[in-house]
Amino acid sequence: MTPTEQTPQSDPALQNVQEKPQEPASAQSASHSRRAFLFNLSLLANGAIGAILAVPIIGYLLGPALKKGSNYNSWIALGPLSDFPENETRLVNFRNPITTPWDGQTGDIPCWVRRVTGNAFQVFAINCAHLGCPVRWFAQSKLFLCPCHGGAYYADGSRASGPPLRGLFEYDHKVDGANLMVKVGKMPTLAFTSCVKPPLTQIEGTTPSAARVPAIEQTKPDGPRLGRPS
Amino acid sequence: MTRLRQRSVALYHWFDRRLGLGKPVIEAAEHEIPGSTSSWWYVFGSAASVILGLQVVTGILLALVYTPSASNAWNSLQFLDHNVQLGWFLRAIHGWGSDFMIAIVLIHMVQVFLFGAYKFPRELTWIVGVFLLLLTLGMAFTGQVLRFDQDSYWGLGIGASILSRVPFIGGALVDLTLGGPIIAGPTLTRFFALHVFVIPGILLALVGLHVWMVLRLGINEWPMPGRIVRKSTYVREYNALTKETGIPFVPDAVWKDAFFAAAIMLAIIACALFFGPFGPTGQPDPTIIQTAPKPDFAFLWIYAVLAYLPPSLETPVLFIAPVLIIVAMLLLPLVAGQGEKHWSRRPVAVLMVAVIAVTLGVLTRLGMYTPWSPIMNAWTSDPIPIAYLYNRTPLEREGSIVFQNKQCRNCHSVGGEGGLRGPALDSIATRMTEDQIIRQVLQGGGNMPAYGNSLSPSETTALVSFLTTLRGNDLAPAIDASRHMVVTGKLPSTVPNGH
Repeated sequence: MTPTEQTPQSDPALQNVQEKPQEPASAQSASHSRRAFLFNLSLLANGAIGAILAVPIIGYLLGPALKKGSNYNSWIALGPLSDFPENETRLVNFRNPITTPWDGQTGDIPCWVRRVTGNAFQVFAINCAHLGCPVRWFAQSKLFLCPCHGGAYYADGSRASGPPLRGLFEYDHKVDGANLMVKVGKMPTLAFTSCVKPPLTQIEGTTPSAARVPAIEQTKPDGPRLGRPS
Repeated sequence: MTRLRQRSVALYHWFDRRLGLGKPVIEAAEHEIPGSTSSWWYVFGSAASVILGLQVVTGILLALVYTPSASNAWNSLQFLDHNVQLGWFLRAIHGWGSDFMIAIVLIHMVQVFLFGAYKFPRELTWIVGVFLLLLTLGMAFTGQVLRFDQDSYWGLGIGASILSRVPFIGGALVDLTLGGPIIAGPTLTRFFALHVFVIPGILLALVGLHVWMVLRLGINEWPMPGRIVRKSTYVREYNALTKETGIPFVPDAVWKDAFFAAAIMLAIIACALFFGPFGPTGQPDPTIIQTAPKPDFAFLWIYAVLAYLPPSLETPVLFIAPVLIIVAMLLLPLVAGQGEKHWSRRPVAVLMVAVIAVTLGVLTRLGMYTPWSPIMNAWTSDPIPIAYLYNRTPLEREGSIVFQNKQCRNCHSVGGEGGLRGPALDSIATRMTEDQIIRQVLQGGGNMPAYGNSLSPSETTALVSFLTTLRGNDLAPAIDASRHMVVTGKLPSTVPNGH
């Protein structure tokens, strides 16, 4: 139902269109092909503008992913060495080096610092290697336990049991004078490789961090870790 | 009175001359439908759209106060709950509306599936419906994120960890989802944009398409065993049926939809009144790690799946299974677009619905009490039953203290209290000999960590001597048959019937 059918007397503009004198057939087809060409041209022009506009839009959307992962990480001080007694594992909070002013509490990130002996440290991410839930340290049984799906890790961060594929994520760290420094900035996940990443074979009972920190070797259990249950 | 009536008719005509909507709307409302479809089984789709309307309205009202900033979102929810007049009630309706919407959409889908309504010519209606289901679940997840509390924060962590497992582009996907290096302000605003603009926009557009197709193709007739759908004859048969038994949708059929929608609304309001809003739980502060994050009800089954999948299967299943399921749902009407519609002639369809429903139900139930999670405070909160300490030697009692102190209780229950991660130990000594217990404690195995590193020899001795007293209801202890042979030098004569 067109407006002209409903209100035949009310729209003189539309009436005029219909009453326009008929052009000769050839002239009509010529002007039609001209209009069709202009229509196609207008589509082309809009397509081009769309493509030009798409560049900044897609760039804006993909912005966070285009930034190189390592750019996020920087060295920050976790605290003086005296804060970390030997043979203890402590929860330490730090302010993420990259935040926005409206991040609030979410910009405070915890991590587990284990001082093995002397300047031998391990700094574990709070996130379980399974699905990122916060692991908790139990000093009595020397285990990290995850509340979500029951992942468990030994004191050196190696996988003990449960669904995790690997040991805890570790942050790079160094001792700078009397301070413990860690390289942080990005939430550790399985796709994020710039933090120390032990191979999956630790499920068999070998821990690469043991090679770096010989002291750990002495405190490891004697037997193989994956004995069959009787 | 008649003048007023005339005036209002004139007003209607003034608008209708310009809008031209009156006639098509009235025609659509009064269109004939097969009489058999005026049924209480046909009310779920309209109920879902009514709840969608409720969600839109309550969502807009909540957005008047809610602050999508990581530092203030949680506070603004507290403000809504406690300081804004009836803010808690609006939050409760929006939250319960979300749960009801998922339930009704699922029931609608099951009904459509069992009634064969996805068959020719309504294939596209079903396909659009599959996307509507996914969008509804997307709304539920993003809505859970906007309730920016501990569960939401760690739920985002779980989401990011899952995405990080995608081969090759996992890292980029994590960055895109979080909007930055960590879960923080940019993450929340992203999910706000998704929950408030992007998904609802697509959802409303697709609901429009869905309803348009229902009107255009006619509502699915009540299936009859033996009435076969054929592309060549279906439309003619449907038109004949409509002509024969037709009743106008408004008012002859719609009153059931209206009553059901009202009942559902009443149920939502009742739940909102009695149970109140969901959360927010603790603040979204990652430094508070004393938390056991859990997803909302609709996603509990996924939570259970993630706990039970073997580690090596987890990544493949996570990414292949959803693709297969969604593709299967999308292809269903194209593959099975003709044939029997009635459920009594489609046993595989009925069986599938039953199996899927039972599976989802069982996994959801498991997700509610999470038997795979250690109970983090069981070692300090649950006492050893007195019966297990009565008439015991000092060494055995010392062992019970080791048992508590080494957090064994977090995974193993005794006397019905404690974690369910490992087996209950009330009768462990009837299943394992002393040697086997020692080996299991020190070396771990199965799903148990090794404790050789955290137990001194004296602690081990005490612990094992306590464990060997746990023989349930005074059952016989487990024995090692070879011991007998070693000691006596001959085969035991008392071995009963090959055991």
